Amino acid sequence: MTVHFPFSAIVGQDDMKTAMILTAIDPSLGGVLVFGDRGTGKSTAVRALAALLPPMEMVAGCPVNSAKVKDCPDWADVQDKSIVERPTPVVDLPLGVTEDRVTGALDIERALTQGEKAFEPGLLAKANRGYLYIDEVNLLEDHIVDLLLDVAQSGVNAVEREGLSIRHAARFVLVGSGNPEEGELRPQLLDRFGLSVEVRSPDTVAERVEVIRRRDAFEHDTSRFMRKWNGQNTRIRKGIIAAREALTSTKTPDDVLEDCARLSLALGADGLRGELTLLKSARALAAFEGASSVTRSHLRRVAPLALSHRLRRDPLDEAGSSTRVDRTVAETLA
Amino acid sequence: MNSAAWKRALRALSALCVDPAGLKGLTVRARPSPARQVLEDQFPRMPLPLRRIHPDLTDTQLFGGVNVAASLTEGRMVRDKGLSEIPATLVLAMAERASAGLAARLGLVLDGASEHALILLDEGADPEEAAHETLTERLAFHVDLSEVRWNDAKPLMPAPADLDDARMRLSALRLTDTQQETLVTLAAAFGIGSLRAPQIAANAARALAALDGEDAVTDDHLQEATELVYPSRATRMPEVEEPESTPDQPEAQQDDAGETGENTLTDIPQEMLIDAVRAMLPPDFLTRLESRARAKRAATGSGAGLKRVATRRGRPLPPRPGRLDGRARIDVVATLRTAAPWQKLRRQGRPDAPHLIIHPSDIRLKRYEERSDRLVIFAVDASGSAAMARMSEAKGAVEMMLAQAYAKRDQVALIGFRGDGAEILLSPTRSLVQAKKQLSGLPGGGGTPLASGLQAALQMAELGRVRGSSPALAILTDGRANVGLGGTQGRAQAREDAQAMSHAVASQGLKSVVIDTANRPGREGAELAGWLNGDYLPLPRADARTISAATDAALTG
Repeated sequence: MTVHFPFSAIVGQDDMKTAMILTAIDPSLGGVLVFGDRGTGKSTAVRALAALLPPMEMVAGCPVNSAKVKDCPDWADVQDKSIVERPTPVVDLPLGVTEDRVTGALDIERALTQGEKAFEPGLLAKANRGYLYIDEVNLLEDHIVDLLLDVAQSGVNAVEREGLSIRHAARFVLVGSGNPEEGELRPQLLDRFGLSVEVRSPDTVAERVEVIRRRDAFEHDTSRFMRKWNGQNTRIRKGIIAAREALTSTKTPDDVLEDCARLSLALGADGLRGELTLLKSARALAAFEGASSVTRSHLRRVAPLALSHRLRRDPLDEAGSSTRVDRTVAETLA
Repeated sequence: MNSAAWKRALRALSALCVDPAGLKGLTVRARPSPARQVLEDQFPRMPLPLRRIHPDLTDTQLFGGVNVAASLTEGRMVRDKGLSEIPATLVLAMAERASAGLAARLGLVLDGASEHALILLDEGADPEEAAHETLTERLAFHVDLSEVRWNDAKPLMPAPADLDDARMRLSALRLTDTQQETLVTLAAAFGIGSLRAPQIAANAARALAALDGEDAVTDDHLQEATELVYPSRATRMPEVEEPESTPDQPEAQQDDAGETGENTLTDIPQEMLIDAVRAMLPPDFLTRLESRARAKRAATGSGAGLKRVATRRGRPLPPRPGRLDGRARIDVVATLRTAAPWQKLRRQGRPDAPHLIIHPSDIRLKRYEERSDRLVIFAVDASGSAAMARMSEAKGAVEMMLAQAYAKRDQVALIGFRGDGAEILLSPTRSLVQAKKQLSGLPGGGGTPLASGLQAALQMAELGRVRGSSPALAILTDGRANVGLGGTQGRAQAREDAQAMSHAVASQGLKSVVIDTANRPGREGAELAGWLNGDYLPLPRADARTISAATDAALTG
């Protein structure tokens, strides 16, 4: 078991941390995309997310992590039907992954040794009700992207091949990271991510020194470093659990709704998903901060996260889309 | 200078031997040469076993997978361990040919918990041909042996016992806070954005100190570490007004590093370190930066389109014998067909075997040929007096390309720009009839809104890409823009807009050719081709046939 760098020990990068926490509070937001230069701590943050997620209940023997026994797929032949509490799955989707490995396929082992036809669940089954993490998401091969989009849309993974006809629930939150220099992401996939963050290296020397210092401490004495940050990590996790409970009782005044719509209109964001995500993320932020209702200040802070990747790209605007969002937010919510 | 480069390389390799986990590796830039061979002969000093890999490494080899041959013979599942599961020093030959995908995968392996080290043998000939930055950025050192002669290359590595000693000493060595701060500030001064660099430099300084048998990291080691780690990563010159430093200076300091103990207590001023690193920067540093940026731009266009043999979709090709490597799909029927004739014979050897007996050599894989249409977008300058002639030649070229389109699977589109904007004269099509109908009347005259023309072409190209074709751009113009994007008049603004649009086109990795149709082809056309990162063809009196042939050649090559 590899120990990941603790989430709370990441220096700066507040946008990225906020986005991660929001998506942990409300999985229906639809995940996070982290884009940035090399060596800015993208992967570190995503891998650290796993430690923040509260555990969840599932059927022990179920290959797709079903919450109740009746939800278990019938092909699975579940033996152990007890309900256990396990950490929320965070599944890594490696780059060179094959279609078989993603969707699941004929179990070669059983076919070879026992001559039986059986289904071997893939990564999508493992990620059901959890998170699916793709590093270097823009290098993912097109046919895998198509497949993910299709499953993400329907929430069901259907396998029809080699004489198998299997379907199972596959609802997961996509978390991706990548370097924009390697290539663009298709707009369809981009739209699937609820929030997007652009990360840069910290620009003050003090912050950069602190990063190096913590990393050094982590590598030298891992267990002591983990102990030191454990308290803060627990605090964030408790905050997330509390916010999940508070989510339903957090009020959304009508004028905030109107602000959402006005913002999206002013920015010309494609589709209504932007407004919806904007609202949900503002609500999650309000719940995390213990506010009883969503205010403009929440909206203002999440707007760049929720909207910047949904704008039509303007090749002549060198400033980047998050600056455009900031500008419009300042104008609209003046 | 040459022997200095060699000493640098040896020093880097020694440091890597001491701390492979912290330093991750080394990039050696050189064609195969006696000097490189001498260095390669030293690789076994690394504490981890050596494994040579190549750019076509499959995922099964890297991450492990089912060993079909063994599984079939033994009748149970046999898995092969991948290279990523066994800590090793991976030596990647021809590293400049590794794809972005492989680079990303190796990056994951390096980031993982297992303690791999990676040595890249980068044999790129041009500055633009280099190992992928995803990898070089993770590796501590970059050495260039292309100038080193064989008689300079003496294998003077520390003895294995000394390396072992140094490894023992390593864990006790730490950097002081000031030293760490110095490294970070220095990285910032050279415009190194990644935070891996100072971290690696710190590890390098520790390894060097351990190598020299010191109990603490001295400022000499700090300097040497920065000289080894920073120059290949620098993206700009530090903004300090300093007199030119002599190139021999760092060499001398490098040689006596470790022997002197007198200046360890005083902090070396930042300027000295900056000078030291600056002296190590290659003389053509600035041009290299430019070419690196160009290569990056060009690289983004890879992949989309053209013909390639695929394993998953496209037009089926005959199956081919092969091993199941996790990427290709097995062709069950062909495999059975191959195995069938031998069943009786094989059963004689194994009378107790159940059902079919399939040998690994029977396995056939499915293959497909994937091919996407090429979309050639002609953007034609319809301004001024030459407009009529140019347009009719372009029209002729379009028709000629369409005549061959069925065989070549090309689609052609035509955009004309004049006055204050651009208009699509022919949407992407493969139909000659439709093209003839649409192209009958062609307007001409007015200013040259080059930027608008490029914008229209870019939009069409993006649309084409979404639809699965691989767009390419042919621009017929004299390059003398005089109308800006929104129809604004004025040469300066028009030129600026055209440049910005060209960069947008180039950043999409679109293949382009500028056909200069001016009577006296001038600077402007070539400049435009430069912005677009495309080819330049001066064809003052081109007719339809030459345009069609030249476009085809330029965009295919």
